[in-house]
Amino acid sequence: MSDSENWPLYEIFIRGKRGLNHVHVGSLHAADDRMALTHARDLYTRRNEGVSIWAVRSEHIAASTRDEKDPFFAPSADKVYRHPTFYDIPDDVPHI
Amino acid sequence: MTEAAGSGAEQDLESQFEATIGRDQRIEPRDWMPEGYRRTLIRQVAQHAHSEIIGMQPEGEWITRAPSLRRKAILLAKVQDEAGHGLYLYSAAETLGADRADLTERLIEGRQKYSSIFNYPTLSFADVGVIGWFVDGAAICNQVPLCRSSYGPYARAMVRICKEESFHQRQGYELLMTMMRGTDEQREMVQDAVDRWWWPSLMMFGPPDGDSPNSAQSMAWKIKRHSNDELRQRFVDMTVPQAARLGVTLPDPELRWNEERGHHDFGTPDWSELKAVISGDGPCNTERVARRRAAHEEGAWVRAAASAHAAKQAARAREEAVA
Amino acid sequence: MSDDHVYLSLAEGHDDSDARWAFGTGFEDPLYGVDTAVPEGADAAELAVQCLALGDDALVLAQRLAEWVTRAPELEEEVALANIGLDLLGQARLLYARAGQTDGTGRGEDAYAYFRDPDDFRNVRLAELPGGDFAFSVLRLLVFAGWRLAHFTELASAPDPVLAAIAAKGVKELAYHRQYAAEWVVRLGDGTDESRARMLAALEAQAPYWEDLFAAHDVRDAVLADLQLVLDAAGLPMPSAPFEPGQGRDGEHTGHLAPLLAELQSVARAHPEATW
Repeated sequence: MSDSENWPLYEIFIRGKRGLNHVHVGSLHAADDRMALTHARDLYTRRNEGVSIWAVRSEHIAASTRDEKDPFFAPSADKVYRHPTFYDIPDDVPHI
Repeated sequence: MTEAAGSGAEQDLESQFEATIGRDQRIEPRDWMPEGYRRTLIRQVAQHAHSEIIGMQPEGEWITRAPSLRRKAILLAKVQDEAGHGLYLYSAAETLGADRADLTERLIEGRQKYSSIFNYPTLSFADVGVIGWFVDGAAICNQVPLCRSSYGPYARAMVRICKEESFHQRQGYELLMTMMRGTDEQREMVQDAVDRWWWPSLMMFGPPDGDSPNSAQSMAWKIKRHSNDELRQRFVDMTVPQAARLGVTLPDPELRWNEERGHHDFGTPDWSELKAVISGDGPCNTERVARRRAAHEEGAWVRAAASAHAAKQAARAREEAVA
Repeated sequence: MSDDHVYLSLAEGHDDSDARWAFGTGFEDPLYGVDTAVPEGADAAELAVQCLALGDDALVLAQRLAEWVTRAPELEEEVALANIGLDLLGQARLLYARAGQTDGTGRGEDAYAYFRDPDDFRNVRLAELPGGDFAFSVLRLLVFAGWRLAHFTELASAPDPVLAAIAAKGVKELAYHRQYAAEWVVRLGDGTDESRARMLAALEAQAPYWEDLFAAHDVRDAVLADLQLVLDAAGLPMPSAPFEPGQGRDGEHTGHLAPLLAELQSVARAHPEATW
């Protein structure tokens, strides 16, 4: 498979309702920013979640390490962007 | 760095990792983790993602033929959810350094597995209901504990998936209740579907504990929270009263309540069948993978065109900036 | 054990509507509080014919979109196409329900969808053309959604409050469908030699059926002007293929509708006494 077929990874942040921060909900692949927003709308707001979406190319996110002294992070330094925040666990999921 | 210093640092990290698991806290993508933990998770999450995507096919075949518009909408929404769930899970796998394109290749080349249940055919519309009841029910049984899995992105994906899947199971059971109130022919369709899907559903929990070599480590790492046999027992105990309420017979002559154990006794699934289906000899293995491969290959020109357009747009933007 | 809850309430009766568990929560009923009486001065029979035709358009295209399930070029597109199909299916159901209220028969949505023959369907022929490739599908969606959006925008102030409410809901959905399709037409027109060639082929194949849309409802100028903008951005020419005679609104169809309906209706017709 050629690389041109593989769309880059985007991280998606959704504002669930007014008054809340955008929170990270996951990632998806898209060829461009516009497509990332469209896909995010379809994938992460199928059930009316969210009033605002941010889509950010994963490679553009800078993230801190848990422990800067540690040389063993080096192999994953190119993955620093992965999933930097939690998203809220909904109240109506029982027993979590 | 000397070898001794290296292994000392690694031991520190490993004990930090073990301590995090011991405190029932989540491991997050940036944390150090043993290679085995990462590998096991990638395999499990990828198989789970593949199962969602391949699992669209058996029911998807009935969307265009659903016998009422309400059922059509529900089924389309459900199968769409499965695509979404596959995407949530691929997203979780990618936090471990896996690449979705690579995982897709592994799936369509038969190098990575998916749940054996999706290699059985759907022969009537009652199968849509029974899949919702049994297969999604079994999936929920498996997945609810995974909401507490030690790996954060996987656990969070499971929370979202479980929340959405309660609809899947309910729509199936409700379809069956409606059909059982219908004609004799419909009741026969339901019983026939129950007969065909019961044993494959029990096999969804995997081989018996004594024959499941990776389980102990996965449980120690809290990737899995319950053994295959525990979950299977729970599924049986939960399903028996539902079958009675529905008015269908589960096709197991050994099925009976055991007062002493406080659980139902039940017969032994045909494990040789499970092995055969997993190793590629199920009724639909070939067509399921072929369909996925065809969609992927026939879509290549679309994905390439979108990438080409994005590259051209970026180049145009650069030119404009220079000019 | 904290995760035993999953089955507890399953066998209990459901006191809730579709919305709670089929499509999530917090969804609005577009007809909530709308008076279903046909307003004075409106022609109920004419209203029924209109609702039926618009319902047929939506059902037939939803069926074509559903054919993409498990076959889309990327998983994200799988989700997007299903969303659009669900929107159209929802529009069809509301429109059939209104047809049943106004044509004097009191029939439900399934009577229209499953127990009419191809000759009785009034959908525009563009909707029934067989799926084709992704270029074909997004071009059709662009033109169909653009036309229906212009049509529904007018209908949102229709004298019948029910049709007006259905149209008002549909406008939001169709605007999104049109945007989704427009973005893809631009990508494919501009993308690679292959994607451009496929877009050109789709334009040639579909243009003969556009006149059918304007015969059903003439919003030609607005639709073509809008289409021109998208084609310009995509670097694609406006096609000049001759009109293919016939009108879907008169029950004149291509040979593709009958097999589409045969599949759609197969289970329902095999068990006419059944309840689902």
